[in-house]
Amino acid sequence: MAAELLRESFNIQGRNFDKAGEVSSGIKVILRDLLIDAANTRRTVIVAYEGEMNVVMYADRGTLTLILTDKDISLEIDDEGPGIPDIEMALQEGYSTASDEMRELGFGFGMGLPNMKKNSDEFRIESEVGKGTRVFARIKLDANG
Amino acid sequence: MTLREIKDLLQCEVLSCEDGLHVDVTQVVTSDGMSEILAFAKSKELMITGLTNIQSIRTADIAAVSAVVYCRGKRPDKKVIDFARQKRIPILVTKMVMFDICGILYNKGLKGVS
Repeated sequence: MAAELLRESFNIQGRNFDKAGEVSSGIKVILRDLLIDAANTRRTVIVAYEGEMNVVMYADRGTLTLILTDKDISLEIDDEGPGIPDIEMALQEGYSTASDEMRELGFGFGMGLPNMKKNSDEFRIESEVGKGTRVFARIKLDANG
Repeated sequence: MTLREIKDLLQCEVLSCEDGLHVDVTQVVTSDGMSEILAFAKSKELMITGLTNIQSIRTADIAAVSAVVYCRGKRPDKKVIDFARQKRIPILVTKMVMFDICGILYNKGLKGVS
């Protein structure tokens, strides 16, 4: 059993585009201060940032929890939002349900969820339409050698 | 090629971190879609984009690129420039369009990431 070294939750405000990304920037600083190597920090922060942007763009509110053990980094992102009707479709590169407003922000080109999956060693999505979405991602600390 | 050489080639104005232009870059990542930058950048690239909002600098920071070039004469607002200064990311702005910028840099030996 891996020993849990850190667990911290952050609130994400839906549709607050000015603050979008602040949680992920904060996580980058936390991981850097903990001397996590650059490759794993980068993978974790990309997953966090894409997840955070999804909450900001689609949901009313959400929570991102960062869990660090001696073996891996986990991210749990829970939101209260519209949910994803077809998760398999949502994971395809290029598939997007984004509005023009989201695209003007530089997001919503159908790469977010695929990016999150690509940068995770373990990745799960659970979603209920009309209620919300829960994403779990694990980054193994030995995955980059 | 150093950022300073790129600045001269693309006739750029520097809006932040002029003291960081000695950095050498060999690869370039370009898109107006921030997820595309995050998907392809491996770190230390030159990022070229037409998107000038705060997310462009946040993406540059998370992707750990060396500098950001805003094309087509677009200029970020003060809040974005201040954020780039805080993150130590040089911002270069040029009137050139993306196609011409890429052609000029490719001719000088820079390569895209894939």
